Amino acid sequence: MSISLDEVRHVAKLARLELDESEVLSFQAELNALLGHFSDIASLNMGGAEGQSHAVSHVNAWAEDLVGPMLPRDAALKNAPVSKAGLFIVPMIIEE
Amino acid sequence: MSNQETITSLSAADLSAKLKAKELSAVEVTTAFLDRIDSVDPTYGAFLAVDREKAIAEAEKAQSLLDSGDAGPLTGVPVAIKDNISTTGIETTCASKILKGYVPPFDATVVSMLKAQGAVILGKTNLDEFAMGSSTETSAYKLTRNPWDTTRTPGGSSGGSAAAVAGNLAPLSLGSDTGGSIRLPASLCGIVGFKPTYGRCSRYGLIAFGSSLDQIGPFGKNVEDAAILAAATTGHDAMDSTSIQSPGIDLSGLKEGSLKGMKLALPVEMFGDSGDPKVAALIQDALDRLRAAGATVTEVSIEEIKYGVTTYYIIAPAEASSNLARFDGIRYGARQESKGHIGLVEKTRGEGFGHEVKARIMIGTYALSAGYYDAFYTKAQQVRAHMREKFLQTFQEFDFVVSPTSPVTAFKLGEFDADPLAMKLLDYCTIPANMIGAPAISLNVGYSDGLPVGLQLMGAPMADEALLAAAYAVEREFADVQHTPQLL
Repeated sequence: MSISLDEVRHVAKLARLELDESEVLSFQAELNALLGHFSDIASLNMGGAEGQSHAVSHVNAWAEDLVGPMLPRDAALKNAPVSKAGLFIVPMIIEE
Repeated sequence: MSNQETITSLSAADLSAKLKAKELSAVEVTTAFLDRIDSVDPTYGAFLAVDREKAIAEAEKAQSLLDSGDAGPLTGVPVAIKDNISTTGIETTCASKILKGYVPPFDATVVSMLKAQGAVILGKTNLDEFAMGSSTETSAYKLTRNPWDTTRTPGGSSGGSAAAVAGNLAPLSLGSDTGGSIRLPASLCGIVGFKPTYGRCSRYGLIAFGSSLDQIGPFGKNVEDAAILAAATTGHDAMDSTSIQSPGIDLSGLKEGSLKGMKLALPVEMFGDSGDPKVAALIQDALDRLRAAGATVTEVSIEEIKYGVTTYYIIAPAEASSNLARFDGIRYGARQESKGHIGLVEKTRGEGFGHEVKARIMIGTYALSAGYYDAFYTKAQQVRAHMREKFLQTFQEFDFVVSPTSPVTAFKLGEFDADPLAMKLLDYCTIPANMIGAPAISLNVGYSDGLPVGLQLMGAPMADEALLAAAYAVEREFADVQHTPQLL
């Protein structure tokens, strides 16, 4: 099993990571080295065993439906790289 | 010995006793640690941020609690916090450029619990970027050095927290453990590191890496200190939906454990040929001492351990690739302008994350992508379920699982630069506890070529109290081998 340079670029696109060409090459090598190990478990026959997504199973960990303390707006915006009039500013998504 | 040296070499329990007896004041204690950080941390590199004024102000507040007789076991005791745990008003970066300048508007639950008990937050400690690594070398900001030998790593990812305690820069510290990130550096730095049962310590305010594996836990110079900090930071928290409905860790039986009749299981898969033979020999001697003190050590086989590292390197990156999607340059952190919204996000992340973090996001995204999900992620979850089942069966027959914490002692800085995968493969003894949510502790049982060697004890989920009592009993047995490094 191995991963091509185009697959590396595709995964980077999915992960929203801008990579330069030297990174694409280096991640190809690193991913291929790991994939060698992944195939150890990919070939295990686990039958229809149920998988476990969490260390401890919780069912319906509901909170009471009450209004609690909330972060004030200026505190929530304090770390925003760009904000204006109480809003996070994002680049234009729909072009004129 | 100067007063500063005396204060900074004391255990947290001793500091607390002296604070309550008015032999020391809270400001005097905090100042001693701050001064030592100023003088030696340029070499050790344990801290990313120290806020002297805030720490002194907290110490003054602690002193009024002490004066009014309203003090708990941590009142006036300084604690260092790993920099992936949120602290109001103190920059929290996860040792990543993408969070440079980020100042959390809220405290993690563990931090509010500490503040409420009058503990003093000393500063934020270095880590592998987003806790991804085993040597603290992937930090975007600095290297941390092992106080036992400053040419070596303290381990990771909580290397700053471990080096701070080992180097007498803090009596206590908090770390986080996703695949061994508390226990490994504890072992390499010759101190005690404890990962509680998953869900006993709130993760609210811990910047997520692998949410189903992450757990906050304490470092201390000895088991009692680590247990005191564990008790102070555990208990149900409504802000963390995976928090277990149970009270905090109870220390009433801590000193009542005995090695007599203790049944220990030694999985052969955790004690293989892949490590340093001197470490293996030292652990063998340690097990003989436990046998001589009345414990039984029985070899068992848990085959799934062999697949632990692989399983971990599917599950943890898969969760990380999802968790780290929040770093997009919109709400916090650095932002790199580029063409359009997607261009901005891609550029921000491409420039803000370091190599190892990008590698893990890539691995996780790949493992979760169409066509590979079942082969990798689903399979990894099945292996995880089997591993849990086998360990739970083992815990029906045995009290604890024992093993080395790490197959090697502290390695040289840069030793794994050419082969980062080889470093990842060292975590096979620590990963199972995260996979199954069990508590585990590392404590020092001797030295190989002058470097500390840790023994790991792992208990059944929710057996935190029994595990800590067992570790306390083991530590007493090894009282003759406890040394402190030759410090700066």
